[in-house]
Amino acid sequence: MNKRAEEAGEPLIDVRDVHYAIGTRAVFSGLNVSIAPGSITAIMGPSGTGKTTLLRLMMGQMRPQSGHISVFGQQVPALERTELYALRQRIGMLFQNGALLTGMSVFDNVAFPVREHARLPEPVLRELVLMKLQAVGLRGAAGLMPSELSGGMARRVALARAIVMDPEVLLYDEPFVGLDPISKGVILRLIQSLNRAMNITSVLVSHDVPEISSIADYTYLIAGGKVVAEGSPKDLEQDGTAVVKQFISGAPDGPVPFHYPAADYFTQLLQR
Amino acid sequence: MSVDAADIGLRGRVIKLGAVTRFLLRVLRQSLPALRRPRLLVDQIYNAGARSLVIIMLSGLFVGMVLGLQAYDLLARFGSESALGVAAALGLIRELAPVLTALLFAGRAGTALASEIGLMGATDQLTAMEMMAVDPVRYVVAPRFLGGLIAMPLLTGIFDCVGLYGTQLVGVTMMRIPPGTFWSQLVSAVAVRDIREGFIKSVVFGVTCSLVAVYEGYYAEHTAEGVGLATTRTVVTSAVLILMLDYILTAMFL
Repeated sequence: MNKRAEEAGEPLIDVRDVHYAIGTRAVFSGLNVSIAPGSITAIMGPSGTGKTTLLRLMMGQMRPQSGHISVFGQQVPALERTELYALRQRIGMLFQNGALLTGMSVFDNVAFPVREHARLPEPVLRELVLMKLQAVGLRGAAGLMPSELSGGMARRVALARAIVMDPEVLLYDEPFVGLDPISKGVILRLIQSLNRAMNITSVLVSHDVPEISSIADYTYLIAGGKVVAEGSPKDLEQDGTAVVKQFISGAPDGPVPFHYPAADYFTQLLQR
Repeated sequence: MSVDAADIGLRGRVIKLGAVTRFLLRVLRQSLPALRRPRLLVDQIYNAGARSLVIIMLSGLFVGMVLGLQAYDLLARFGSESALGVAAALGLIRELAPVLTALLFAGRAGTALASEIGLMGATDQLTAMEMMAVDPVRYVVAPRFLGGLIAMPLLTGIFDCVGLYGTQLVGVTMMRIPPGTFWSQLVSAVAVRDIREGFIKSVVFGVTCSLVAVYEGYYAEHTAEGVGLATTRTVVTSAVLILMLDYILTAMFL
C-alpha cells in the first residue's frame, strides 16, 4: 500500500501492483496509485510513460496482466460488460481531443449520454443541457457543429458532456494540450469549480507542471513504469530525486534521456 | 511459399473468418435494439440507399441499353427479335441487377461506411461512446448494417426497372419491336421464382457488403493510412465475395 492510501483511508480508485505490457514492452511494472474521494489528483510523467493507458485501465478499456484496479470498491478487470457500463455511468472522461461526435451539434453532443441512459422529457433535457453549457460558458454555441469550434471550445463542450450525467469521478486526459493561455485558464478554473461545487473527484493526466501545481491536491510522478515520486505539488518541488528535478525544471537531458537509445553517433556516421 | 507460411496463412484466414462471424453475431444481437430507433435506421437507409440512387439509376439505364443492343443482335440472327424483352428481363432480374447493384453499392456506400466508422475510431469517437457506457456496435454499427441490408434489395428493384426501361428504349424505340410484343412476352415469361432468385441474391449481397464495410471500418487501424487501407479492403473483399456467392447461389437455384 502506498503513502496516500495509508493517509487517506478508503480510496475511491485504488491501483495496486499493476503490471501491464504491450507486446514485449512493459508499460507498468508494479504501479501503485490511489485516489482519495473529493480530491484533485494529478498523474504526471514524461510522454510515453503510460498516463493515458492508466486512465484506460481505470475505465476497464484495457486489462492489466496482473494487479488490482478497484473503482468504487469494484474490481474493474473482473467486471462483465454490463457491470462495466453501469460503473462508467458514474464516471466522466474528458478526452485529449474532446472526441465530440462530429455528426451532431454541440447541443446533441451534450444531450447524447442523457438520451442514451435516461428517459427525460425533451423540455427537461433542454434545460439540463443548457445548464451544463452555461457552466462551461458555451450556451451560445449550442447550435454549432463540432467542426465550427476551436480546440479550447471543443474541450469545453466535451467537459459539459462529461458532467451532464453528474458523475462522481472525472478523468481528464491531457486537458491543457494545445490550448492558448486563456483557454488553459478557463479549463483550470472549470476543473477547480467543478471539483468544489459538485464535489467531483478529479484525476488529471498531464505534463503541464505549472497548471497542475496550481490546482492539484496530490500528485504522482510516473516514470519507467512505476511511481517515482508522490505528494503535494510543493513536496514534489522540494524533492531531490534527479528524475523529479529534471521533470519539474524541464531539463532536456537527465535520467529521462533526450536521445532515443541508439548506436554511437560517430560510429554510425562513419559506417557505409 | 513454404509449408509453414501456407499453414500460418491458412490459420490466419480461419481466425479472421471466426472473428468476422463473432462480429456478425454481435451486430445481429444489437440489431433488435437498433430497430427500435427508427430515426437512426431511416438516416442510414437514406445514406446507403437514397445517396446511391443516381449511380444505380444511371448504371441501370446504360446496362439495360447495352443489354438491349447485344441481345437484339444475337436474337436477330435466329429471327427471334420479339423475345428481346424476355431475354433482357431474365438477365437483369436474375443476374445483372443484383450483382451490379451490389458491386456499385460496395464502391459507393460500402467505402463511405468503412471510412466513416474508421474515422470515428481514429478520432476517439467510438472510445468516447464506450466510456459513456454506450455500445458503439449498437449505436453506430448495427443501424448502418441494417440500413445497407434494407437498401440493397430496394436499389436492386430500381436497377431492374430502369434497366428494363433502357432495354425497351433500344428495342421498341430504336429497333421498332412492337411494344405490345415486347411487354407481353416479358410479362408471360418472367415467373415469381425469377424475382425471388433476384431478391434472395440482393439480400445475401446486402448482408455481405454491409458486413464487410462495417467490419473493416470498425477494426481499421487508427491512422490515415489505416482508414485508407480499410476502405480499399472493403471494395476488394466485397467484389470478390459478391462474384463468388453469385456463382454459388446461381448453381443452387438452377
